[in-house]
Amino acid sequence: MSRVLNERIESIEKIAKSIYRMTVKSEYISANARPGQFANVKCSEGINALLRRPISICDVDKDRGTFDIVFQIKGIGTEYLSQKRVGSEVDLIGPLGSPFHISEEYKRIAVVGGGIGIFPLLYLLKEMKEADKSAFLGFRSSDYVVMTEEFESASDRLSISTDDGSMGYKGIITDLLAEDIADRGFDIIYTCGPMPMIRKVKDMAQKAGIKCQVSLEQRMGCGIGACLVCACKTGKPDNWEYSHVCKDGPVFWSDEVVLDD
Amino acid sequence: MTEKNIDLSVDIAGLKLENPVIGASGTFGFGREFADYMDLNRIGGISVKGLTLEKRQGNKPPRIAETPAGILNSVGLQNPGVKAFIENEIPFLRKFSTKIIANIAGNTIEDYCSMAEQLSDADIDAIELNVSCPNVKKGCVAFGNSTAGISEITGKVKKYCKKPLIVKLTPNVTDVKEIAVAAEDAGADAISLINTILGMAIDIHRKRPILANNVGGLSGPAVKPIAVRMVYEVASVVKIPVIGMGGISSGEDAVEFMLAGASAVMVGTANFINPTACVDVVEGIKNYLKMYNHSSVYEIIGKLQLN
Ligand SMILES: Cc1cc2nc3c(=O)[nH]c(=O)nc-3n(C[C@H](O)[C@H](O)[C@H](O)COP(=O)(O)OP(=O)(O)OC[C@H]3O[C@@H](n4cnc5c(N)ncnc54)[C@H](O)[C@@H]3O)c2cc1C
Ligand SMILES: Cc1cc2nc3c(=O)[nH]c(=O)nc-3n(C[C@H](O)[C@H](O)[C@H](O)COP(=O)(O)O)c2cc1C
Ligand code: FES
Repeated sequence: MSRVLNERIESIEKIAKSIYRMTVKSEYISANARPGQFANVKCSEGINALLRRPISICDVDKDRGTFDIVFQIKGIGTEYLSQKRVGSEVDLIGPLGSPFHISEEYKRIAVVGGGIGIFPLLYLLKEMKEADKSAFLGFRSSDYVVMTEEFESASDRLSISTDDGSMGYKGIITDLLAEDIADRGFDIIYTCGPMPMIRKVKDMAQKAGIKCQVSLEQRMGCGIGACLVCACKTGKPDNWEYSHVCKDGPVFWSDEVVLDD
Repeated sequence: MTEKNIDLSVDIAGLKLENPVIGASGTFGFGREFADYMDLNRIGGISVKGLTLEKRQGNKPPRIAETPAGILNSVGLQNPGVKAFIENEIPFLRKFSTKIIANIAGNTIEDYCSMAEQLSDADIDAIELNVSCPNVKKGCVAFGNSTAGISEITGKVKKYCKKPLIVKLTPNVTDVKEIAVAAEDAGADAISLINTILGMAIDIHRKRPILANNVGGLSGPAVKPIAVRMVYEVASVVKIPVIGMGGISSGEDAVEFMLAGASAVMVGTANFINPTACVDVVEGIKNYLKMYNHSSVYEIIGKLQLN
């Protein structure tokens, strides 16, 4: 169950160009959030940037009763959020949405993230304690590369790519995934990031016969399944219906979503 | 000083509400979405997501764009259809004292009549005729933007409708007063307004509208002054009760509408930002009445004095 909460900001730090990490004290979220879920965060006071912004739960410290979100400034809402001060409160609803499917049957896993899509994958890696974990992270350029040490220690091997080659492999991250699918094989692949990347990972997993979960993005109104604005297609390409990212997702099995628009 | 009892109940053409606050259609789901956050018994009523005769998928996403102090939406009436609503949603809603208002929309007058007939036999409390949805290509708003259209559809649906019939008006007309009078003359038991205002928002980097549907309906605080003016205009020309909405997020907002002549209010977009918005509005109205020593909401309805 999700709740409307006013929680105290313990720290806020700029970790790369336009990217911020915020630690929030919340017994409720830290006790209840599952990897893949998000919080719907009020970024402003008053009627500017009226709607809440969905931000993934990136990390949870159950002992300290805190959780972390990491966000990139895109527009007015994330800009406001970046200006919040330590000790002030943030108004959020959470945890929301369906989490990633975690099972002890998954012995060898891969996570594939692009840009802001990497953030929910950290908490996922940390929660899958027993599996052999490969992480593949794609960024635009070295300016946007963040949290590599944490991903490194939460996984067994980490591969990085940048579009311009300023760090790691030059090109798209799915090239590196392709090699490892052939060499290593995985029981499941989890992915979150830009749509072209998600489509590609879905195709690759399907061809290799590997289970795959995707985390989708859509513009939201309420975040709680009431307004029906966050539509995405589920079913088969010739027989689909609109489901809703905030409630039925954001995490879906790759073979249950139709990613054609 | 002992606190005197404040009577918040209102009677909208036989629809008896414990308090004058209703969750607006399309923003309150089927109620259950909000049950985790608030006690549904604490609001007067719920107008459910707009229903159509058959299930509808709605429009392509993106279906929402944020604009200054408001939002544009183009959901396009995604809903499970009237039969599924009767079977799957009414039993849940009936566990609460809140009144159930079925909001209906259709492509043809026959659709509306058929839904009104089915819902008249169902366990609901009122029907809200949505002839003002800007987000579907056929029907709906076409019935609501002329006096002849509204008169025909209201008259025909009324024949099949055994519950109080609320006709919901669009603000996208030149003179809302004549539309309201036409609805009243054709048999409407109450009027609700406003539905969303047709609008557009453009992503200048992509040189395309943000909404896949290109245009959508504006709601939220941005529309409130327009809505208050329209409620005032309508309340001054009809005798039937008026339900006001458009940008309400606090008790003070609701009181504006009530002074302008609304017997009850609906809260829409505010529910997205604050899932307890409806309850907060009830409390806000109560506080206002207390502050001015009123004992009933009827002491403020239509009590606006013009300058
Ligand atoms: C489930 C989910 C999880 C997310 N997790 C993260 C995260 O961990 N870190 C992060 O940096 N970003 C994340 N995002 C994207 C983030 O929500 C947007 O970047 C943010 O809403 C932009 O708001 P803005 O006011 O800065 O931009 P503006 O462009 O000013 O926003 C205008 C409106 O569009 C919406 N919007 C714009 N871009 C997006 C988008 N990509 N997805 C959904 N709505 C959008 C906004 O919410 C707002 O309503 C996530 C999105 C979703 C759907
Ligand atoms: C996402 C969304 C969906 C809506 N769907 C419906 C609907 O199905 N039927 C209807 O009569 N009005 C619908 N409306 C209009 C609202 O009921 C209300 O008239 C309007 O939003 C103005 O009130 P507000 O500013 O408080 O939101 C919808 C509004 C929004 C924002
Ligand atoms: S955002 Fe309202 S239903 Fe998903």
